[in-house]
Amino acid sequence: MVAVALMLKPNLWRWNWWTLGAVFLAAIVSLPIIAVFGFAAQPAPDIWMHLLTTSFPFYLRNTFVLLIGVACLVALIGVSTAWLVSMCNFPGRQIFEWLLLLPLAFPAYVIAYAYTDLLEYAGPVQSLLRLHFEWSSPAEYWFPNLRSIGGAIILMAFVLYPYVYLLARSAFLTQSVSTLEISRALGRTSWQTFFLVSLPNARPAIVVGIALASMETLNDYGTVDFFSVPTLTAGIIDVWLGMGSLAAGAQIATMLVFFVVLLILFEKASRRNRRYYQQSSSRYKPLPTYSLNKWRGALAIVICGVPVVCGFLLPVLVLTRLSIIYFSESWTPHFQKLAANSLTVSGMAALLTVALALFISYSRRLQDGKIIQISTTFATLGYAIPGAVLAVGILTPLGFIDNAVDAFLQKHFNLSSGLLFSGTVAAVVFAYIVRFLTIAVGQIESSLGGVALTVDMAARTLGYSARSTMVRFHVPLISGGLFTALMIVFVDCMKELPATLILRPFGFETLATHVFYFASDEMLGQSALGSLTIVLVGVIPVVLLCHLVVRSRDKSPTRLR
Amino acid sequence: MTNNQESTTTSVDGSLLSLDKISSSYGPRAAIRQVSMEVKEGSQVCLLGPSGSGKTTILRAIAGFQRLSSGTICINGAIVSNPGYELPTEQRRVGMVFQDHALFPHLTIAENVGAGLRKLTRNRRRKQVLELLDQMGLGAYSERHPHELSGGEQQRVALARALAIKPILLLMDEPFSSLDLELRETMTQEISDFLKSNNITCIMVTHDQNDAFAIASEIGVMRDGQIVQWDTPYNLYHQPANRFVADFIGNGVFVEGTVISPGVIHTSFGELQASHPLELASGTAVEVLIRPDDVVPSSDQQILAKVVRLAFKGAEILYTLETELGGVLLGLFPSHTNYSVGQTIGIQLEVDHVVAFRRLSD
Repeated sequence: MVAVALMLKPNLWRWNWWTLGAVFLAAIVSLPIIAVFGFAAQPAPDIWMHLLTTSFPFYLRNTFVLLIGVACLVALIGVSTAWLVSMCNFPGRQIFEWLLLLPLAFPAYVIAYAYTDLLEYAGPVQSLLRLHFEWSSPAEYWFPNLRSIGGAIILMAFVLYPYVYLLARSAFLTQSVSTLEISRALGRTSWQTFFLVSLPNARPAIVVGIALASMETLNDYGTVDFFSVPTLTAGIIDVWLGMGSLAAGAQIATMLVFFVVLLILFEKASRRNRRYYQQSSSRYKPLPTYSLNKWRGALAIVICGVPVVCGFLLPVLVLTRLSIIYFSESWTPHFQKLAANSLTVSGMAALLTVALALFISYSRRLQDGKIIQISTTFATLGYAIPGAVLAVGILTPLGFIDNAVDAFLQKHFNLSSGLLFSGTVAAVVFAYIVRFLTIAVGQIESSLGGVALTVDMAARTLGYSARSTMVRFHVPLISGGLFTALMIVFVDCMKELPATLILRPFGFETLATHVFYFASDEMLGQSALGSLTIVLVGVIPVVLLCHLVVRSRDKSPTRLR
Repeated sequence: MTNNQESTTTSVDGSLLSLDKISSSYGPRAAIRQVSMEVKEGSQVCLLGPSGSGKTTILRAIAGFQRLSSGTICINGAIVSNPGYELPTEQRRVGMVFQDHALFPHLTIAENVGAGLRKLTRNRRRKQVLELLDQMGLGAYSERHPHELSGGEQQRVALARALAIKPILLLMDEPFSSLDLELRETMTQEISDFLKSNNITCIMVTHDQNDAFAIASEIGVMRDGQIVQWDTPYNLYHQPANRFVADFIGNGVFVEGTVISPGVIHTSFGELQASHPLELASGTAVEVLIRPDDVVPSSDQQILAKVVRLAFKGAEILYTLETELGGVLLGLFPSHTNYSVGQTIGIQLEVDHVVAFRRLSD
């Protein structure tokens, strides 16, 4: 009877201002996404001809190779580490469980700068080699060129594998123990069990992780620009900043959206299958783990250690060393000002995003009509859209609004308003909101889900309106979730590069753009302090995430024998 | 502001709450169909039925959480719900108690109980809350948090919180389901006494007939979104309107019989004389309900029966008896009749309220 009572969702409010507000806000947030497609329909034949014969094939090829390469590598690293920490017993397993998440703190472009400094001709590694082998010129030895598509694939994989790791790990932890036991009882070896039972079972989760990592790959601009392997994202920015053609930018953007739609379909398809794979019974039985012997244990430590060292510890060391060497040059009033810029823009965007997400999530709780569900679902597509595409989608409607307002004022009041939104901080903040709303809504909805609907009903019978119920009861009850959402969005805003580059007002710099421009000018030393700041701030939400991972360990393996 | 009903005059028939043919659905599935009921001021009534019968939906409709597809709900003669209109819950002044108590975990007990008294001054609120907590035996807990209290204490806090706003109507949704059996009995008694002595109008929803009997003076038995019988507990037990109610309320078995004259039914256990004429023509094949308390031990060996199972209930023992004639009966005898399984005993039927339904030909 309890189950039935929970299924019956009461109507806490009918079609009203909450619903209208949520649908309206959802529409505004969806505007850039719609605009990209609309704009792409307009022809820009001259530039297209030029693009088709010159850089476009390279954009397409690079995007494709990068996607495939990163996808394979994150799958390999993510799945193997997740399997080791959830199914095997070796020294340090519990520490690796959360250490493996740390690379998430690195934006791909920052790790690219760190490794370039470490491995370039004048960097410490090659210098040491030359000193040791008494080489004097680059002609005397071969050293891999990091600034290539291969280098980009490896470095991106080292910071993006945690997406796969996180999802694969939770899939391994929730797999059915009885299936595993049956497989072992039927005489399968542990390897066969892995490939025939565990891996197919976790496949949907792994695919979701790969899709997320791929979306981040498509979004990247800093790395591919620095390594001179232009992808579609780089193409949009080059066409817009270099040739000033929004139409061509938008058309490349739609190509990119095509890739994204493929990824989403891919991901959705595997989520659909998930239902068939996961059995809820015996979920809470402890998993039997494999005890590894000395050599295998050492191998496990190496496999888990390499991503942590390469994806986090080593680049942090490099950046710290550079920051110390160049501290006096880097720590300037200018740096402090742009750090403050980052703080205010990201802070403002994070607050607005969380407020909007709270409004949308709460409206969805009050009313489960189709219109509100569909419109808000559409509004939370932003995360899948690469920042560069989103920026193009924002420029278009904002420019239109600016022109309309200006024309109106000119006509009736003989005033010129100039540009109200485009080229202002407002546009940057709006882009952040559209892009990161998904994360905030996801976090807040899961927190709200933990508050029983009877709490809402109790408050309403005690005389509280829908709004005051939210303020007095829900907000205090989900404050933890709100804070986590705020932190994650804040840090993502700080790291965001492509949309910021396109939309920022002239002369307005954030940590991300500062680091990007210094690095583009081959001044890695001077950019290190900014990079290090971004990474250290980025560690905060990762620590929050670690906390969740450690808490979920109640369900994680305990040794049977 | 909480009391802005258009009219506070009592409706013509004197009922505080009236539902007039209300229907409501969840998507395509009808949850309640054409339900009508009246509740008088100061009475305690109950909606009793199996899960999914629509009783909680009625409660939610009264509270304003559920849209109507037809019908009207009036409180004190004023319309609060119809298909085009709902007075917001927060303006209805109904108190509500939930199965999971739904206490606000971040507030103390005093703050929980005072949550509905925002409009009072701090001191007056504090005074009222403490008075109410004392009255409910919770005085010592005012500064604690809900999670520090036992289930029964939490339940009393939930009741105190709902009563603090001096509601026109108190709604209780399975209020005792989360309590263990022993606590449940004392709690139902306690709360029943409290409601009666304070003259609180109350509607309770439950699937447990013992809870219903302990609280309510009138009970509506629900099935498939409709009220199939609205009656006193006594009548529900002794004069169930149909087979469903007879099955759902209390124990008992059905025995085949035939009406031989108005008020007399022939069964294999002899003839049963109804106290009032049955509305069944002579010759009708019927099923007669035999309650465990209709069966009594008898020394004259009128009917012989073998004990096949027994359930000790303290003061009484419920025996499952297989009669010589082949039928199975249930008998509730005082505990000092200490028969054992396999023993053959003499019984007789003393049916004060003959309940018979037309037998479906199958």
